[in-house]
Amino acid sequence: MRALEALVVQNLSVAYDKKRVLENANLIVPKGHLAAIIGPNGAGKSTFLKAVLNQLPNKVGEVEILGKAFSPKSLVVGYVPQRNAVDWDFPTTAFDVVLMGRYGSRGLMKRPTKHDKQLAMQALTSVGMEDYADRSIGQLSGGQQQRVFLARALAQNAEVYFLDEPFAGVDAATEKTIIDILKNLKAQGKSIFVVHHDLQTVKEYFDYTILLNKTILAAGKTEEVFTAEKLQQTYGGNLFMMQAL
Amino acid sequence: MLSGNLLWVLMGTMLLGIAAGITGTFSFLQKQSLVGDAAAHAALPGIALAFLITGQKELPILMIGAALTSALSVYCIQWIVTYSKLKADAAIGLVLAVFFGIGIVLLTIVNRSPLGNQSGLNDFIFGKAATMTKADLTWLFISAAIIIIVSLLLYKEWKLMIFDPVYAKGIGLPIEALKACLTALIVMTIVTGIQAVGVILMSALLIIPAASAKLWTRRLSTMLIFSGITGGIAGLAGTFISSLRTGLSTGPIIVLFAATIFFISYLFSPKAGQLSKYIRKVKFRKQEKLS
Repeated sequence: MRALEALVVQNLSVAYDKKRVLENANLIVPKGHLAAIIGPNGAGKSTFLKAVLNQLPNKVGEVEILGKAFSPKSLVVGYVPQRNAVDWDFPTTAFDVVLMGRYGSRGLMKRPTKHDKQLAMQALTSVGMEDYADRSIGQLSGGQQQRVFLARALAQNAEVYFLDEPFAGVDAATEKTIIDILKNLKAQGKSIFVVHHDLQTVKEYFDYTILLNKTILAAGKTEEVFTAEKLQQTYGGNLFMMQAL
Repeated sequence: MLSGNLLWVLMGTMLLGIAAGITGTFSFLQKQSLVGDAAAHAALPGIALAFLITGQKELPILMIGAALTSALSVYCIQWIVTYSKLKADAAIGLVLAVFFGIGIVLLTIVNRSPLGNQSGLNDFIFGKAATMTKADLTWLFISAAIIIIVSLLLYKEWKLMIFDPVYAKGIGLPIEALKACLTALIVMTIVTGIQAVGVILMSALLIIPAASAKLWTRRLSTMLIFSGITGGIAGLAGTFISSLRTGLSTGPIIVLFAATIFFISYLFSPKAGQLSKYIRKVKFRKQEKLS
């Protein structure tokens, strides 16, 4: 039965040094949703994502993705990092970055095949960046970089996608492109998790919402979870955006 | 003119330059160039210790000693950065100075010992390619070949690891092992090069070709080729010139050659060169005036 769930998290806790960033998070999300992960700054959203993706050594708890414990080898998980996690001065082109999405299926020391290159080009085209294939990654604008990274996750052909603040520093047109691609993925039955900041667009973009502040406070269909009361609980007194509701 | 031995030495230093150009590019992009500098300086105590312990000056024995202290210095830097509040630059400076200081003290002891006078260990400070024997060269060829082959095999993995470590880990690349392998290969490059180039200037052969190549291209593959060629030319030309006049150390000449290529790149590279920047500026101003 568990295979019907995109993500199951049980008693997940993470500590940096001695400070606990995430405590006892529990979450069950069915397959096929476009889900927002929202919460105030420092609530542990990125930490939650990294813990789920098995990037942190000092975590406790269980995580299952599509019914299986996380294993990078399975490649069902596509990840789009926060833009500042990458070295933008690195000598590489947009196409090369997308092609990296195929590395996982190739294995150590093997070169990407023609088929890999075709898939990479398709992915780049699907985000509308085919004209920039040969551009150096550092020359692209923030929104273009974000699209290239999304294309890399697409090239991987994953089942579950995790995006860390894909709309940060991105213009309205790019935001629209990205959300259309994500909605399209959802239509194909894939599951998408997005760390998101702009409360105004939550209802418009996402059919599922996860509220997080040190732990998972609520999760469910957006219309059930995205309520004034629950947001107040998540953001404490610091919420100015109540009008958005 | 070219004696048989010199020809082999030239080929050896060229191969060394290529190997250093390649591993140097990866460490340059990893922003670890200065770690290579410390590791090179730290080879000196290892050489002296190996000689003091075994009483022999066979190259493989000295190379093992050099590799051990060199690797230890890299480990010390990482340890200091992880477990103290010092930043990398301070840790590197500290480790470099301490290891090199110990090296000089040990070298003095070697020179005072009855065997030491004739050991020629002093040549390891600035490098002397001309002193290389056939056996030495065989080691250099094998070592440089291994470095080049492993680098080409792990090209794709290192590229992703340096560019985006989080994603690399996410798709199951053994990041820690890949990092260790790169470090090991850089130490190996250093150890291979110290006889010809010397511990003080060895890092220049890792840094300068990579820095020059970065000015010419925006692709890693082209950068590796350019850096390898630059290192190869510098090794070849430097050794040749220092062989013409006895008494000149090889290391400084090789470095001066590499530096010349860097300077030419800095001025004339079409993408990042000063000349093309100036031309673009002038053109832009003209257009502005016209409109």
